Amino acid sequence: MSPLWQLTLARLREFYREPAALFWVYGFPLVLALALGLAFREQPVPAAPVDVQTDPSDPAATEKLREVLAADPGLKVAVHDAATAKQRLRTSKTDLVVIPGPGGSAAEFVYDSTRTEGVLARNAVDRVLVRAANPSFPTPPEATVSEPGSRYIDFLIPGLLGINLLAGGLFGVGFAVGDLRVRKLLKRFAATPMRRSDFLVSLMLSRLVFTLLDVLLLLGFAYLAFDIRVRGSPLALAVLIAAGGAAFAGLGLLIGSRAKTLETVAGLVNALLLPMYVLSGVFFSASRFPEEVQPFIRLLPLTAVNDGLRAVMNDGAGFEAIGYPLLVVAVWGGLSFAIALRIFRWR
Amino acid sequence: MTPAIRVRGLVKTYPGKPPVEAVRGLDLDVAAGECFALLGPNGAGKTTTLEIVEGLLDPTAGEVEVLGLRWNADAAAIRRRIGISLQETRLSDKLTVRETVTLFRSFYPSGPTPAEAIAAVGLEEKARTYTDKLSGGQRQRLAVATALAGDPELLFLDEPTTGLDPQSRRQLWDVIRSVKGRGRTVVLTTHYMDEAERLCDRVAVVDHGKVIALGTPAELIARVGGEHVIDLDFDPTSTARPAPGEFEKLPTVTSVRSEGDRVTLTAAEPHRALPAVLDLVRAAGAMVAGLTTRTATLEDVFVTLTGRHLRDNEA
Repeated sequence: MSPLWQLTLARLREFYREPAALFWVYGFPLVLALALGLAFREQPVPAAPVDVQTDPSDPAATEKLREVLAADPGLKVAVHDAATAKQRLRTSKTDLVVIPGPGGSAAEFVYDSTRTEGVLARNAVDRVLVRAANPSFPTPPEATVSEPGSRYIDFLIPGLLGINLLAGGLFGVGFAVGDLRVRKLLKRFAATPMRRSDFLVSLMLSRLVFTLLDVLLLLGFAYLAFDIRVRGSPLALAVLIAAGGAAFAGLGLLIGSRAKTLETVAGLVNALLLPMYVLSGVFFSASRFPEEVQPFIRLLPLTAVNDGLRAVMNDGAGFEAIGYPLLVVAVWGGLSFAIALRIFRWR
Repeated sequence: MTPAIRVRGLVKTYPGKPPVEAVRGLDLDVAAGECFALLGPNGAGKTTTLEIVEGLLDPTAGEVEVLGLRWNADAAAIRRRIGISLQETRLSDKLTVRETVTLFRSFYPSGPTPAEAIAAVGLEEKARTYTDKLSGGQRQRLAVATALAGDPELLFLDEPTTGLDPQSRRQLWDVIRSVKGRGRTVVLTTHYMDEAERLCDRVAVVDHGKVIALGTPAELIARVGGEHVIDLDFDPTSTARPAPGEFEKLPTVTSVRSEGDRVTLTAAEPHRALPAVLDLVRAAGAMVAGLTTRTATLEDVFVTLTGRHLRDNEA
């Protein structure tokens, strides 16, 4: 009958007795991971579409050029008149239009130099023509490699793990506290001899249980569906997840510490969640943002957690890689808790 | 014996433009073992007063002693010895009655078992029911069960029966009577005069943040000048009516109140007052739509003291 145990039990019961909440917290991230994993699965690079423009004055040259290019498996060659070819280039149906020159050579390349596909197709066609003209030029043997941990899904899963920790902390603690205040249950608790610390620790304990389930479920799913493994130190991963989860719970507590309506909590959650969703490298690398904002992005707690998770899970790192992330989340978490406890409103 | 509650010069002003003076110099003494009601309309300052006494609000000025202790020195000790049911607490939807009471019981060092607390409010059959499946009356009794979890010497109930149907109200009254029967002090707020009259030993009538009358229900009723009330309803089409001053001269009539088509008289001896009233009406040539006599209530007390009805503010 310890109050700490009873309070924790109440939080757990209230959560698992809401099936809708269960789905959004545990089911939805899995669906998201599956959908994105399938959408961005590894595929061989497709053949580049290339058009040979017909030259009515020299049909033989056109045909000769088509033959040379079609011999390369990396090119998908079609023959069109000038107007059609131009139209196809404009609508990206083809990457490159080649105007034939005498004897199977190319007189002109027409392509969009700002499109990666256009540049690649130009280079590929050029290479084929040069090699055709110099059959004696040596061809080096090719060895292809597939590095583990380099697929998009490998990048995505640690990001989803990070955003789940953040959303769990903000909703699981911030919303829960806001809801208790709106219901006047906080005030009711404050009228009993309940120790304030028991209440706060019970919030943390229940978050710990939910986080543990969340992490195991997501990692288990990632292993079964996409063969994703933790390549670095599992202990370092556990420490980083625990520290990140605790810091995000602190942010949640701060959000819920004074809000008098659930609408306020929802607004604050979004104000924190959405920027980090975009900036902190969940779905794409944060390094894509301009150099000037990088110092700011690196100070965000979710960026730190995501970088640390990726270092441990994908790059096989250990504790040496999570020093900076731990420092960042410790500062965020520590400040959040300190402020939240100071301004917390029981009524 | 230490009084259960002693309040002197209590003031609570909420900052704002203009500041709201919810409580303006209120004194209160509640003896151990009595049932005490704060009666007044919405916004009279009842809940504010109660929450200050419960230690949930800080007073702007004034002294508060609960069970002989002060909040700034002995908050933990007071909390262990009081039980509280707030207005409009929504307990967790997805916890059962038993789980809810067990949770509250765990906060107190001693008290009844959860099963005993549930039995005390007659919810045994609902022990395994989620609170969101309870009726309004059952929910209110559950709130009282959580207040009883620490076996309090002093029980606070803020509007325990507001919005309940008559049967639920009576069930809750039985619970309150049994608590009082075990020698515990009960303090409740209400704007139902019948609740205060039936349950409580003493009543403080509160209006505009002050106690405007204090005593047993019988004393208060006697103070309005007689236990008997005559309600005289004139026909709305009849314009000829006696002046209120003429009623005051009638034998044993102690007060006259006129509201629209109704004149309400209090009289010490209705068998002498009634014939005189009828003679007066007949002489004035007025048409009467109805006439009733009844025993005075706390409602009459409140209206006599303030000129307003207790539940004017309600829709």
